[in-house]
Amino acid sequence: MNNWDNLPLWASLPATLLLILGGCIALTGCLGLMRLPHFYQRIHGPAITITLGTACILMASMILFSALETRPVVHELLITLFVLMTAPMVSMLIMRAAVHRELRQPPPNPPREESAWNAYGSPRVCKRNGGPPPGS
Amino acid sequence: MTLLLSLALHFTLACVGIGMLFCTVRLLLGPSAQDRVLALDTLWMCTMLLCLLLGIRHGSMVYFEVALLIALIGFVSTIALAKFLMRGEIIE
Repeated sequence: MNNWDNLPLWASLPATLLLILGGCIALTGCLGLMRLPHFYQRIHGPAITITLGTACILMASMILFSALETRPVVHELLITLFVLMTAPMVSMLIMRAAVHRELRQPPPNPPREESAWNAYGSPRVCKRNGGPPPGS
Repeated sequence: MTLLLSLALHFTLACVGIGMLFCTVRLLLGPSAQDRVLALDTLWMCTMLLCLLLGIRHGSMVYFEVALLIALIGFVSTIALAKFLMRGEIIE
């Protein structure tokens, strides 16, 4: 590989650790995206990949390029700043779109009484709030 | 130490590649449209990580600019898709 033989130890050791950590974190986030059962749980998986995994790999890149070119290379801070600013915005927009879409759909049949995220209320709640009493 | 760094780099490349495979599975299987948009956004971010890792691997700063562009375009495209899901139109 390219002149990595004269790389000092203070650069290669933290870069190695950060690369391994970043890879594991990115894989964990994508695994969460694939395996979690509900959309509102699934949206938390990629947040790990976008924030922690990207930060680890960008820091490793910064350390390695700084040691290779023997001057501080901070271009990666641009990507860090941009990603950290835009990731919450993107998550919030997708979440709002999902909530709008779920509210626009007709209530499912039969009504989901077990769901904790039921936006329409179960039939028991409707009865208690003013439906006909069950005895009459 | 150089060997260890090279091994770590290839391990991270493999991890990000497998992560992209998982995102593709969710993109193809996703039961609703918002799942697919979320998987596409994660796929953009994984592609950006892949470009950064290839830049480290080949020691070139060109890949860094590619990664910056991918982050920008991914942000814009995800915003457009989310607005389309919410309103049914992009430009009002």
